[in-house]
Amino acid sequence: MKSLKMLVLLALVVAASFVRAADSPQAPAADDPVARGKYIVNTSGCHDCHTPWHMTDKGPAPDMSRALSGHPESFEMPDAPALPPGPWIVAIGATNTAYAGPWGMSFTANLTPDRETGLGKWTARTFIDTIRTGRHLGRGREVLPPMPIAVYKNFTDEDLTAIFAYLQTIPAVKNRVPEPRPPAAAAVAQQ
Amino acid sequence: MTRAVLSALVLLLTGLGAGGARAEPARALPQHLRDTGLFVEGSMIDVRPDVMPFSPQYPLWSDGATKRRWIWLPPGTSIDAAQADAWDFPRGTKLWKEFSHGGAIETRYLERGMDGEWRFGSYVWTADGEDAVLAPADGIRELAAPGAPNGRYTIPAQDDCRACHEGAPVPVLGFSALQLSPDRDPLAPHAEQAANSVDLNVLVSRGVLENLPAPLIARPPRIEAQSPAERAALGYLHGNCGNCHNDEGPLAVLEMTLAQRVAAPPAARDAVKRSIVDVPSQFRAQGAPRDADRVEPGRLDASVLAMRMGSRDPLQQMPPLGTQAVDAEALSLIARWIETLPRPASGSGHTK
Repeated sequence: MKSLKMLVLLALVVAASFVRAADSPQAPAADDPVARGKYIVNTSGCHDCHTPWHMTDKGPAPDMSRALSGHPESFEMPDAPALPPGPWIVAIGATNTAYAGPWGMSFTANLTPDRETGLGKWTARTFIDTIRTGRHLGRGREVLPPMPIAVYKNFTDEDLTAIFAYLQTIPAVKNRVPEPRPPAAAAVAQQ
Repeated sequence: MTRAVLSALVLLLTGLGAGGARAEPARALPQHLRDTGLFVEGSMIDVRPDVMPFSPQYPLWSDGATKRRWIWLPPGTSIDAAQADAWDFPRGTKLWKEFSHGGAIETRYLERGMDGEWRFGSYVWTADGEDAVLAPADGIRELAAPGAPNGRYTIPAQDDCRACHEGAPVPVLGFSALQLSPDRDPLAPHAEQAANSVDLNVLVSRGVLENLPAPLIARPPRIEAQSPAERAALGYLHGNCGNCHNDEGPLAVLEMTLAQRVAAPPAARDAVKRSIVDVPSQFRAQGAPRDADRVEPGRLDASVLAMRMGSRDPLQQMPPLGTQAVDAEALSLIARWIETLPRPASGSGHTK
């Protein structure tokens, strides 16, 4: 009788594990870079900052109708607020796409394949160079916080090529993201 | 705000560590400049007689630093100049560029290994001038240098070296047909000419430059400009910007070229002007109209190219690295050129 109970219990555990496996995300096929790129984008937090967030009846959520299109150009940000005393260092806009800190104010980039405002004219090389060097197009100004270049620069060229391949397949969104602004003190000095 | 604090902030915001750092490539460069072959044995002053000094006619602005440059080719080898704008250097080629603000601070080093790969390094001089030591791959951001602007000097990271040098068809930037033309531009800003500098004629006569197209020997390369100011302005943009902003490298996506081509000077001049004059800027510069052009004829204050040249805000400045002081002489030259550009006839082109 005890053996029978053990057998039933074992069968239940095995069955449950199959159910869990069926529900869990599947690893993309190794020979499908677009699928792999989508997998990486969806698991590496890209939507957290590059897709504008909006309020829903379930709370804040990414607005997938504007997926990965960066800070909306229509959402003009005021000057950054003065932070209260204490160890506060950053202010974040309501869309989670604008960030103000000691580096100034940065806006997340349009990663969609729009040719004029997104990555439509980019190549895999310029994308890899950007992530690898932390410089815009691999050669320009530094990519600003909160973009975790220190983390993403560790992706392999194969991973980055896959991410770029996937980004070229998503719907293009025409959205010209503003240029970053200098820190308030520097801006005053330039006037 | 220091880089360390920013890095900490990034980690704070992402909740992620940097993980394992990318493995550094094997460092094949010597640890000391004296072992690169620039100086005669036992000296840090006397350059070897088989090392050739050269002086590009359109030098890179380096915050007023005095610079000296040399090249060495392995005995019996030569540069193949069949592609007039993309010379093929023999394996084993070495180049040096020394930067001084009062005294030598840094010597940059570029060599083509026997495997065909180009390697970049920077040697930092000791205060007593007795030694120069290979800098870390990440460079040195704040080196005290009393003679430099703001008393500080930046040693570029190797990635910074690659950012500029690998944006052009060949990573050797100042040693080319246009830069070494005997028909030098008298208006080129900051053009130093070191003693015994080699030019095209010398290189050909020594047999170390082969296959240079005959027309370029008969008529030395020069920019086909419509005025002396334009020649110097386009030359400055070529020497300072064209290594990245060209129509062959990674930044071709910007559809903006500032590189001249000795193989077809009028076409190159036209391509440059066509890509910047009366062309809306994709970059919205601070204080510029939303529809500002890269270059608007007659209007320096509305030309984004000039605005970015005149800025040292890290978010806006051009070039984006390697300089912390505006090149006032060059900006004045660019202003003179923009002033002379013909404005579009009323009713033609886009309106502001």
